[in-house]
Amino acid sequence: MLSVDQPYEIVIGLEVHVQLRTTTKLFCRCATQFGAPPNTNVCPVCLGMPGALPVINEHAVQLALQTGLALGSTIPPMTKWDRKQYFYPDLPKGYQISQFDLPICDGGHLAIADPADESQTRTIRLIRAHLEEDAGKSMHDEANGRADSRIDLNRCGTPLLEIVSQPDMRSAAEAKAFLTELKLLLTYLDVSDCEMQEGSLRVDANVNLKIEKAGDTIATPIVEIKNMNSFRAVERAIAHEAQRQYHEWEETGLTIKDRTKRTFGWDDAAERTVPQREKEEAADYRYLPDPDLLPICLSTETVEATRAALAEFPAVARQRLQADYEIKAYDADVIVNQGRGVVEYFEAVAKGSGDARRASSWIQQDVLRTMKEQGVGIGDFAVSADTLAELLGQVSAGKLDNARARDVFQHLLEKGGSVAEAIKALGIESVDAGEIESLCQELLDANPQVVEDVRGGKMQAIGSLIGQAKKKNPNVNPKQFREICLQLIQSAG
Amino acid sequence: MTIPLDSAAKLLGLLASGELTARQATQASLDRIAATDPEVGAFTFVNTEAALAAADSIDQRRRDGQPLGALAGVPIAVKDVLCTTDMPTTCSSRMLENHMSPYDATVVARLRAADAVIVGKTNMDEFAMGASTETSAFGKTTNPWNPSLTPGGSSGGAAACVAAGDVPLSLGSDTGGSIRQPAAFCGITGLKPTYGRVSRYGLIAFASSLDQVGPMAFDAVDCATLLNAIAGSDASDSTSLPVETPDFTAGLDRIEGELRIGIVKHHLEAEGLDPEVRQAVDDAIEVFRDAGAKIVEVELPHSDYWVPTYYVIAPSEASSNLSRYDGAHYGHRSPVAASDAGDRGPLVATYCRSRGEAFGAEVKRRIMIGMYALSAGYGDKYYMKALQVRRLISQDFDAAFQNVDLLLGPVTPTPPFAMGEKIDDPLQMYLCDLFTVGANLAGIPALSMPGGLTSNNLPIGIQLQAPPLQEAKLLQAAAAFQRATDWHTKRPL
Ligand SMILES: [Zn+2]
Repeated sequence: MLSVDQPYEIVIGLEVHVQLRTTTKLFCRCATQFGAPPNTNVCPVCLGMPGALPVINEHAVQLALQTGLALGSTIPPMTKWDRKQYFYPDLPKGYQISQFDLPICDGGHLAIADPADESQTRTIRLIRAHLEEDAGKSMHDEANGRADSRIDLNRCGTPLLEIVSQPDMRSAAEAKAFLTELKLLLTYLDVSDCEMQEGSLRVDANVNLKIEKAGDTIATPIVEIKNMNSFRAVERAIAHEAQRQYHEWEETGLTIKDRTKRTFGWDDAAERTVPQREKEEAADYRYLPDPDLLPICLSTETVEATRAALAEFPAVARQRLQADYEIKAYDADVIVNQGRGVVEYFEAVAKGSGDARRASSWIQQDVLRTMKEQGVGIGDFAVSADTLAELLGQVSAGKLDNARARDVFQHLLEKGGSVAEAIKALGIESVDAGEIESLCQELLDANPQVVEDVRGGKMQAIGSLIGQAKKKNPNVNPKQFREICLQLIQSAG
Repeated sequence: MTIPLDSAAKLLGLLASGELTARQATQASLDRIAATDPEVGAFTFVNTEAALAAADSIDQRRRDGQPLGALAGVPIAVKDVLCTTDMPTTCSSRMLENHMSPYDATVVARLRAADAVIVGKTNMDEFAMGASTETSAFGKTTNPWNPSLTPGGSSGGAAACVAAGDVPLSLGSDTGGSIRQPAAFCGITGLKPTYGRVSRYGLIAFASSLDQVGPMAFDAVDCATLLNAIAGSDASDSTSLPVETPDFTAGLDRIEGELRIGIVKHHLEAEGLDPEVRQAVDDAIEVFRDAGAKIVEVELPHSDYWVPTYYVIAPSEASSNLSRYDGAHYGHRSPVAASDAGDRGPLVATYCRSRGEAFGAEVKRRIMIGMYALSAGYGDKYYMKALQVRRLISQDFDAAFQNVDLLLGPVTPTPPFAMGEKIDDPLQMYLCDLFTVGANLAGIPALSMPGGLTSNNLPIGIQLQAPPLQEAKLLQAAAAFQRATDWHTKRPL
């Protein structure tokens, strides 16, 4: 990856915080629902009130286990809880319950498409994935010259799975590809809704450079860019940080040996990474095994039963769609990358219509475009899979041409109802051969130049008549019209 | 008639037969508190109106023939480390001065369900750290046997109010001997149950892996009655044991089978063991021998490490548990922090000043020890090492209990000591726990019962320890001892 304008390699490791899709918090029965009025989803446990004790939410453990298995992690027979101590107003207990030396998921990997060559895959190794509770949120209101800080503890105790990668990524595009594939996998597993704007997926990136100089490889000091909540921010922050580190190295010559890890934030408006707090010494979290919680022992039976019940992964779905429906790798990729809902929709349309390729193309063009325009997910899409299957079945059977089918589709989108109702409303009816023949004759008579062109071998000249024919009778099938015209010209010849 | 506030069993009999109403019993208790407490100072809060209202409700329900709980109408005091919704819960600290808990501790809820009448909250060493109740922020408790002496600690108030005849029953908590040592100093019976036998939910944590709530009473029978009411697993406390709760009052009139009692010679020859205490232990051995028990010498090879191990683990957990008192969410917030933040900034100033102002010297000392023991580079050297030694200590008990049913020995090295005698010498104070901390480190049940009086007419306690969950055995042995002796009936003049 070395080039003249980029005389270095970027080394990237990601820490992804995923909010697990539980209805209640990690250590109490408060709701995890987003957007509730401040400090309403709280209880003595998540507020860290004196005397309150945590009780583990088994569902969060189950979701973490599913994720770990899907990521190829090893599941240790025992996992325990540790307190990570630090003072912060968002953290009511003065410590976060997390996992230190015995995380629930050990190792693992995720295969991604190589952004430099989509036909190749790259495997990004994982270090671990561990469960932890989220902290609250501080809101600082400095209006009117007052330093007025308010704390919303609704998010306290929300279950997070922190997935930590090895520093295996070599470009911002690879980091984005990793996050995209990870998010897709998590949504397939249904372990998280991954709503980034609601903070369900947050990313820290550890970035440094390897610079080749006089046959030596120099590593720059590591910077951790904290708390990014869009893929675009991650991509741009990494790209910016790489440039910044290169310039810094040119100026100072400092290497990884000279400087401990620093923490930066991403200023989206200014499009730059900014130092957050210069740590004078290494953070001392004074980890302590949490004496209020028992270790969790996961039996082989539980792990294997969970593995057997796992939902299909995106990578497997891509292969299966190609094999089962004979669609191209590219098409399978587009469908699978839209999420499990679209895959299910596709399969229903493909089976119902008996024409998988037509289903694939309609979904990629018409359905996805409309979803994007309307800003809706497949679950809220106005045309059901059964309805679209029926429509495409009629196209395949030659009862409708593509253009009329699109009219029907549009009608269904706007008015709903069945295919039959749409066809009736649009006045679509089959036109008998005699009627088409007389229409052909009429138009050929009126356009002698076309007849001459066809005779001269310019078959496409007929195309100019199709538009006119459609105007006179919208139900005319263009293919049939074209064939009859050709027959008439030949027989007149 | 005289209302017997010393024995819950007698009181329950009079209440059941209708010779006495709950209001009369409660009023007698309140009157007694009014008479004794100006000198003893056992209470941090007396809930006169609520107690009388509860008593009236019990009387009404008794008149209506409705079912009543096992402690119906018995006045009880609760150590101020247990959360109550209708009285402040302060832990005898400025930090929680006037703190009203939004919930009842599980044991408090169980007392209410058993129709006990909670008359007030009792004084203690601040956050249960101490052995003399002199570290309370709200004034000292004196020993009812002699006001110049301490009642022991940290459940000093809970022991003193029973000894003073204010209430027949009280709840204490025991982290390193905090029920047994004040019980010994005040001449009453106190039991630290097996770790996990009684819920810790709502017990404000000192050292979570050592803390246990337990009964303090006139004799073993009353302790059993109170333990019945509070024991049992609790879904809100993950460390509470999922075991059946036997009826601890059943079979107290006899000892089942042959009783083998172990004596730790090393303890009886310990330097600093007062000769009169030693004599009381020897006498108790004879009482049991006369009752047919077999006396066996056993070894606890790691007992010299009890106190050092305890004084690493307990402060480590305490430093973590007390992190939540940061001035941000509840409890004391320094009024000067915001205006006089200095160059630390308002946030750090709030933490430092709030904690600096509201914690007493002993609490600060233990937080410092704990933070040091857990800090990076020392965690392995001190905390992890202490956990390893703790395992060895536990194994010592397991081995000893292979050969004996119970262990018998002193509770404290000395009889009650004078106010101020040890308060400026923390190491001397820590040695008060010499014989008691082993049970907390191993999680086993242990009981203190009156076993003699010194030449100065001061109580001496005898300790019995048993294997995990063998509280019934402890109570049987104590009841047998109390049938053979009258030390438990002695009261301060
Ligand atoms: Zn909660």
